Amino acid sequence: MSDQDAVFGNRGNRDLSVVNPKGRGTIDGTRRSGPLGEGRAGDPFLIGENMTGGYGKGADILHDCTIAVEKGQIAVIVGPNGAGKSTAMKAIFGMLNLRQGSVRLNGRDISALNPQDRVKAGMGFVPQVNNIFPSMSVEENLEMGAYIRRDDIKPTLEQVYELFPAVAAKRKQAAGELSGGQRQQVAVGRALMTQPQVLMLDEPTAGVSPIVMDELFDRIIAIARGGLPVLMVEQNARQAMMIADKAYVLVQGANAHTGTGKELMQNDEVRRTFLGG
Amino acid sequence: MATNRQAAASSPWRAPVVFAILAVLFVLEGTVRNSMFSGSWNTSLAILNMGLISAITALGVNMQWGYAGLFNVGVVGFLAMGALAPVLIALPPVEGAWEAGAPRLILSLLVGLGVLAAAKMVYTRWRKGWLVALVLLGGFFLFRHLFDPAVTAIEANNPARHGNIGGLGLPVLLSWLVGGLFAAAAAWAIGKVALGLRSDYLAIATLGIGEIIVAVMRNEDWLARGVKNITSIPRPVAYEVNLQRNPDFVAAAQDWGFSAAETSGIWVKLSYMSLFLVVLLAVILLAELALKSPWGRMMRAIRDNETAAEAMGKDVTGRHLQVFILGSAVIGIAGAMMVTLDGLLAPTSYNPLRYTFLIWVMVIVGGSGNNWGAVLGAILIWFLWIKAEVWGPAMIAALTSPMADGPLKAHLLDSSPHMRFIAMGMVLLLVLRFAPRGLVPER
Amino acid sequence: MDILNALVVFLNFVFIPAAAYGAQLALGALGVTLIYGILRFSNFAHGDTMAFGTAIVILLTWGLQALGVSIQPLPTALLALVPAIALTAVLVLVTDRLVYRFYRKQKAAPIIFVMASVGVMFVMNGLTRLLIGVNEQRMDDGARFIIDVRTFREMTGLTEGLALRSTQALTVGLAFVVMIALFWFLNRTRSGKAMRAYSDNEDLALLSGIDPERVVRLTWIIAAGLMVIAGSLYGLDKSYRPFNYFQILLPIFAAAIVGGLGNPLGAIAGGFLVAFSEVAVTYPWVRVVGYLAPWYDPGQGNLMQLLGTEYKFAVSFVILIVVLLFRPTGLFRGKSV
Repeated sequence: MSDQDAVFGNRGNRDLSVVNPKGRGTIDGTRRSGPLGEGRAGDPFLIGENMTGGYGKGADILHDCTIAVEKGQIAVIVGPNGAGKSTAMKAIFGMLNLRQGSVRLNGRDISALNPQDRVKAGMGFVPQVNNIFPSMSVEENLEMGAYIRRDDIKPTLEQVYELFPAVAAKRKQAAGELSGGQRQQVAVGRALMTQPQVLMLDEPTAGVSPIVMDELFDRIIAIARGGLPVLMVEQNARQAMMIADKAYVLVQGANAHTGTGKELMQNDEVRRTFLGG
Repeated sequence: MATNRQAAASSPWRAPVVFAILAVLFVLEGTVRNSMFSGSWNTSLAILNMGLISAITALGVNMQWGYAGLFNVGVVGFLAMGALAPVLIALPPVEGAWEAGAPRLILSLLVGLGVLAAAKMVYTRWRKGWLVALVLLGGFFLFRHLFDPAVTAIEANNPARHGNIGGLGLPVLLSWLVGGLFAAAAAWAIGKVALGLRSDYLAIATLGIGEIIVAVMRNEDWLARGVKNITSIPRPVAYEVNLQRNPDFVAAAQDWGFSAAETSGIWVKLSYMSLFLVVLLAVILLAELALKSPWGRMMRAIRDNETAAEAMGKDVTGRHLQVFILGSAVIGIAGAMMVTLDGLLAPTSYNPLRYTFLIWVMVIVGGSGNNWGAVLGAILIWFLWIKAEVWGPAMIAALTSPMADGPLKAHLLDSSPHMRFIAMGMVLLLVLRFAPRGLVPER
Repeated sequence: MDILNALVVFLNFVFIPAAAYGAQLALGALGVTLIYGILRFSNFAHGDTMAFGTAIVILLTWGLQALGVSIQPLPTALLALVPAIALTAVLVLVTDRLVYRFYRKQKAAPIIFVMASVGVMFVMNGLTRLLIGVNEQRMDDGARFIIDVRTFREMTGLTEGLALRSTQALTVGLAFVVMIALFWFLNRTRSGKAMRAYSDNEDLALLSGIDPERVVRLTWIIAAGLMVIAGSLYGLDKSYRPFNYFQILLPIFAAAIVGGLGNPLGAIAGGFLVAFSEVAVTYPWVRVVGYLAPWYDPGQGNLMQLLGTEYKFAVSFVILIVVLLFRPTGLFRGKSV
């Protein structure tokens, strides 16, 4: 990944008495934010516009890609494997270098902010994997979600427990001991605790059973109907489009089709290529 | 990013350039007499000889680290293992020691090993922790019952001069090989346990075994007289005194325009140097050949991607154990050579900072994974380590010269030899930061 | 009566020294385990930084003594502790800024931090030598004993005496307070939980708005506090020799690993386990047995000592291996810093 990794190759990284690879991060936490910019008139609530870029100094993965979500709506990003769905999400969240394009949220240009400051600006992000603090209790996980808040978090905590009664019963248990579906609920709950203005989910249903998946989708719809815009990447294109107000089909890092979920479901080409007839 | 330059700049000229710089340094040390250099070939060659031994040690560490990525922080222990060999092999037998209790001692050591083997067998067969504990406890008392009286008897045998079991009186060069075997045996024992755990805990295990081996050497007087030191270990080369008594040698020295005393010192050091060079080159040759063989290719494959290698059915732990033993054997050989060069075994001098971590500085500075890098790094760092003791005070004296005389200045001047520790730390940190692949990077 | 005498001998020569030593090891292991959990490497410079911090305590103590400041019956060194912690914290923070932060920014593999800590170890070792030299130093000036042997004998009428040195009581007491404070901090405060969160999942902590650099700074400051306190208590209880601080690196690492690296509770348990085993294995039991089994004659010169005190490092090593063989993740698995 970084140059430094190449220095010793993989030497010594197996010796647990000297190194601790557990929970190691990938985001540079020392990067400082640049200034906020002005938004543009007529912008959607959140928009990543004409984004082009990739990881580090590597080749571009996104090519002039645009993703947007309006207030109170669900937008989904679908596409084949390796199309850059998660990358687009990470680009909006500031986890890779954009060579072109900008990200604007609620009338402000946040392209220069680092991920930490985007959280403070109102973005809630749930990564696809490693999205909980496994050794901390469910309640502590949620408290950590509210880390940036200085007001009383009790009401939000109750709201999250109301939304996910299954994890409410296990609030004192270590999150790492929960089942896959419950972990995802904790992960979404943690993001909700920041009281974000937009919720971004990276494949929230990856690796959970169909029943749990339906339940999660129900919760996500409930969140969106509550007024919180949701942007998510989904592997299960058909289900995702059924609940989407807006859907983006990405192919090789570029927008291939854009429209409401219903429109795309009726689009022959989309059906043929992604939905299996 | 500063580190990118490194990757690009691994030109084939690096090793020769570093080598040339080293050669210039040693020639300066031998010829120029000023506040920086001693101007004595005797000093220069003495540094070089010890540098060559450090280079062999660094080669051993580099085999473990460079080929397999094993982090050995018990180098001092394996050097000490090797150091025991000349004492036990090359020293003349001690009169009376055998009669005093050597057979009983050897029996007790065999019983000790037998108990460990029995414990292992009991565990494999029944998997009962308490049964193993019982075997170990009973075995321990049996061992002490045999061992203690034997030790008392041996140590009571002429304690002022001996009190140890003595050696076999064999040629000292043979003991270098045996030193390698001793270290290999210790490495096998520790590697078998530490590498067999669910994940590696090799670093802490080697740190522990290093301390233990040195503690044994310090405290078991029967073995090598402990802190009373062993002196007059036989030499594989001529003695200065004998050379000076040889009229032909004195005449030859005068022809060259040197005093017999100086020439004899240089002659002895050159003889040592040729022996060390033979060993060094042999080790490098074997190490390079091994690396290019199918075995070496497999080692590199394992190092680069352990999971893939394991999935392909390679016995990763077994290979790691192999290379750990081989590297430790090389370190053991260096340990035996060091004692031979000094003619003295002084257990109190076995300090981990000097014999473990300084070797690591050599390997990292030289270039992890590159044998020539390890050699050049070792000789360079050894030179700096020795000279820092001279340059440090000179530098402090220069810096403090404007200061008024007083307790602070006196304290600074007093402690200036300690500057070498700071200097070595800085060298390591700077290399890690700006040239992390070392002076001569791995190809 | 004989049973009581045996008990007193046991308390005097095994229990009390081991408890004090265990407290020192536990504090040291806590520092190692915190750095392992949050900065993700084993800090080889730990022992030498302890030596350096303790050297500052000693110098400040001497200064205070010269000024005539005293808090009898407590040792003056206690007063010097706070400024020494502050100075050491500044030193480790500067080290972090100059050395480790670069690699953190690069997201370098943890082994590089280990190598860098070896470099820092050399520098710290040299700094300590520059500051105070390599010789033994003393700083203990408080009351020597809370109970001494004679008073105890007169009080109880037993043959055997019990001595409780004030430094031993102080060590255990202070270590206890520090541990409680640390656990309260880690489990109850916002910053402490942020540290645990960062240890669990660095990226997610960042996405929750936790400033990683602040967590790292906090960790170094707490580690510096633990190092200076552990080092000073060790120096007060035994005596101060810089090289000893390098040597206790092994029992400290062993304690941290035995307890499960990254787990503070484990570090404490490991510290006491290692200390009690070391003392018990190297103690000559002949007097205790003499009281308990007067009919048994061990023979002349048999001290009933399992191992000589020189081999106390072997004990921590053997415990380490045994624990790792049977419980590969240490005594306390799961919960981390």
